[in-house]
Amino acid sequence: MKFEHDVVIVGAGLAGLRAAVEVTGQADVALISKVYPTRSHSGAAQGGIAAALGNEEPDSWEWHMYDTIKGGDFLTDQDAAEVLAKDALRAVYELEHMGVPFNRTPEGKIAQRAFGGHAADFGKRPVKRACHAADRTGRVILDTLYGQAVRKGIKAYEEFQLLDLTLQDNRMAGLVVYELATGHIHMIHAKAVLFATGGFGKVFKTTSNCFANTGDGAYLAYRSGIPLEDMEFVQFHPTGIYGLGVLISEAARGEGGILRNGKGERFMEKYAPSLKDLAPRDMVSRAIAEEIRAGRGIDGQDFVHLDLTHLGKERLAEKLSDISSFVRIYLGIDANKDPIPVQPTCHYMMGGIPTNLDGQVLNEEQQPVEGLYAAGECACVSVHGANRLGCNSLLDLVVFGRRAGRKIVEDLSRLSRTPLAEKPEERTVRRIKDIMERGHGEKAASLRQEMQKVMTEYCTVFRDGEGMATALQTIQDLKRRYEGVTVDNRGRRFNTDLLEALELESLLHLAEAILVAALAREESRGAHYREDYPERDDGQWLKHTLVQKTDNGPRLFYKPVTVTRFEPKPRVY
Amino acid sequence: MKIQFKIFRFDPEVDKEPHYQTYRVHADPSERILDCLNRIKWEQDGTLSYRMSCGHGVCGSDAMKINGRCALACQKLVKDYEGEEVVLEPLPSFKVLKDLIVDLTPFLEKVNLVRPYLMSSGPVPEKERRVDPTESRRVNEAVRCILCACCTAACPVTAENERYLGPSALVWAFRHIFDSRDDETVERLKQVDSPDGAWGCVNHFECTRVCPKEIPVTKSINTIKREIQKVLGK
Repeated sequence: MKFEHDVVIVGAGLAGLRAAVEVTGQADVALISKVYPTRSHSGAAQGGIAAALGNEEPDSWEWHMYDTIKGGDFLTDQDAAEVLAKDALRAVYELEHMGVPFNRTPEGKIAQRAFGGHAADFGKRPVKRACHAADRTGRVILDTLYGQAVRKGIKAYEEFQLLDLTLQDNRMAGLVVYELATGHIHMIHAKAVLFATGGFGKVFKTTSNCFANTGDGAYLAYRSGIPLEDMEFVQFHPTGIYGLGVLISEAARGEGGILRNGKGERFMEKYAPSLKDLAPRDMVSRAIAEEIRAGRGIDGQDFVHLDLTHLGKERLAEKLSDISSFVRIYLGIDANKDPIPVQPTCHYMMGGIPTNLDGQVLNEEQQPVEGLYAAGECACVSVHGANRLGCNSLLDLVVFGRRAGRKIVEDLSRLSRTPLAEKPEERTVRRIKDIMERGHGEKAASLRQEMQKVMTEYCTVFRDGEGMATALQTIQDLKRRYEGVTVDNRGRRFNTDLLEALELESLLHLAEAILVAALAREESRGAHYREDYPERDDGQWLKHTLVQKTDNGPRLFYKPVTVTRFEPKPRVY
Repeated sequence: MKIQFKIFRFDPEVDKEPHYQTYRVHADPSERILDCLNRIKWEQDGTLSYRMSCGHGVCGSDAMKINGRCALACQKLVKDYEGEEVVLEPLPSFKVLKDLIVDLTPFLEKVNLVRPYLMSSGPVPEKERRVDPTESRRVNEAVRCILCACCTAACPVTAENERYLGPSALVWAFRHIFDSRDDETVERLKQVDSPDGAWGCVNHFECTRVCPKEIPVTKSINTIKREIQKVLGK
């Protein structure tokens, strides 16, 4: 079938929903989501949303802007950081007005707590900036925004998988989607499309990401020739549950939790004397990896302890109840009595589809592609630079989701539907038919596991040229083997076997883009730490990477970082 | 350890009747039932369909019946079933679309019926509305709902009366009835003041027993009933 709408938003996490709320009522808009909207991965965000409300102690948006830039190791575009920090106050008040059940201070204001890299007075001491609803802030914002979308009567296509994007002469023409319930392929013809498709943590083995985070939107942009930005910057959250990767929020340390090594030492004092356990994530993850390497993991093993035993039952119940239940369920641990075994886990992609401040997707010449927008984790504004601060993600989603929505409304008067080529779905039909009819071959699961293993071995907290070259070779080999991928399931209904095979194409290409960008960047900055190039090199590398898919493999080029108020300086905490 | 699964299979396009299929997998005692399902699908039988996403009890996708009890497959561990065969079936009370996947449309329609959003007509302040922390704590448990549908599927009343709103929708009603910022309280109470609303609940407590987020569901419904009596004078 062919569906026609003015605006189509792909992805129903916070960025997509916030944009949808902005556009609904102004235009005919539809939401496409691979899962039911309330099951989007924004819902797994725990700790909070950053805004310098100053409800608990003095704060200012300028400090927030500075922290965002310094946290991003000066790769952050400073005009974007300014928009983010300034608009944060309005954005959080707006969420409260929409109904988000935030925790409250005794005077009834939105409660705030400390978080990694949030500091007062340009980096001097920790500040309480994270507005939160216990440790399920993402989930309640997701529910609230979905409620607003329901209220406005939004049209949603649930469990529809994005499979193709058609661009013609720098204009978005249409999408091809796959209806999971029936196996039908549909065309979407719209004047404007917003990708809010999230990240792709599933490139790695140990990750806090959900199974659905396979980078479908980012890959389709890449496949269509749009260069992806800063792909080498992958965030590893310091505190994933050992072995599982399930997130233990930074809020645990914001509320006073302490990391300890095998000797019981509070090791972060060594690495970040002023912010200690609340240093930015890249630094804490490296510190943990360093301790483990030096044999100071717990009993010499590859994890450390997150100690919450001094926080008290009441605080755990009131502020950290979800994580307390995670460790009880998965580890049989009472967080009030026992320390939690943790290790870094792949959490967030700083890189993605380049956009301007209004969510317009930028092409090879860094000019907007007509009718194509992106927001949220799949996009790179770049507001997070080389390392995102905790609580800036939810903020990014609602600030830039709204801006993209507003820009779409503004642009609609001049946008029209680009005529579709003859049978635009043909490429997708053939792709599926090839996989479904292939007799012998390898299953997606085994190829995916090999990819995840090699990425986790060579491209995480510590990287070097040799290891990544090995990984790149494996990924390229897997791409060749993927040409013969096969499925057991030849049926049409809820063929998740086929879905996973299709998703793997995205993951493999994105893994390659990460490696190619990371191999080229011969310096260490933020989350990208090269053991063979341990220093930051502003002379050579204060620039954004762009990686473009070509017939001869990924091509790299660069663009400058926007520096407005804060000159790069050494990053110490 | 080795663990045996008996899994409900049904593809309405080709099967006349549902049937059960047996699989054996190796798993660590600390692994999730979801890990076993994935191993079956990835290594033995790709035709098996089920929903999943976050894998740690936040998104609510992998709700199913595990040995007769509605639960999330990502929240149950292999060791919980040591020595037992594990029977996996789709959530009861819903139409099966394929294998362990059910049609959630009627469930979500009922949630939408209670208007699952804040309704406040007054002017909004420049900053946040002030809410007393004791006041905001009243909905602390209700806001944990992840719409997994375990409670509604397990509810004996839902099984017999398809018009009954069901526990999950009532939890969503609770969330807004007791949100001091909402000013549609009376209308909301009137809406659930019916035999198919709050009064449909006859305290089986199944919802409370199965809720993966440990929401006191039945208690919340009883609180709504008392509020109806108090506010609407019944």
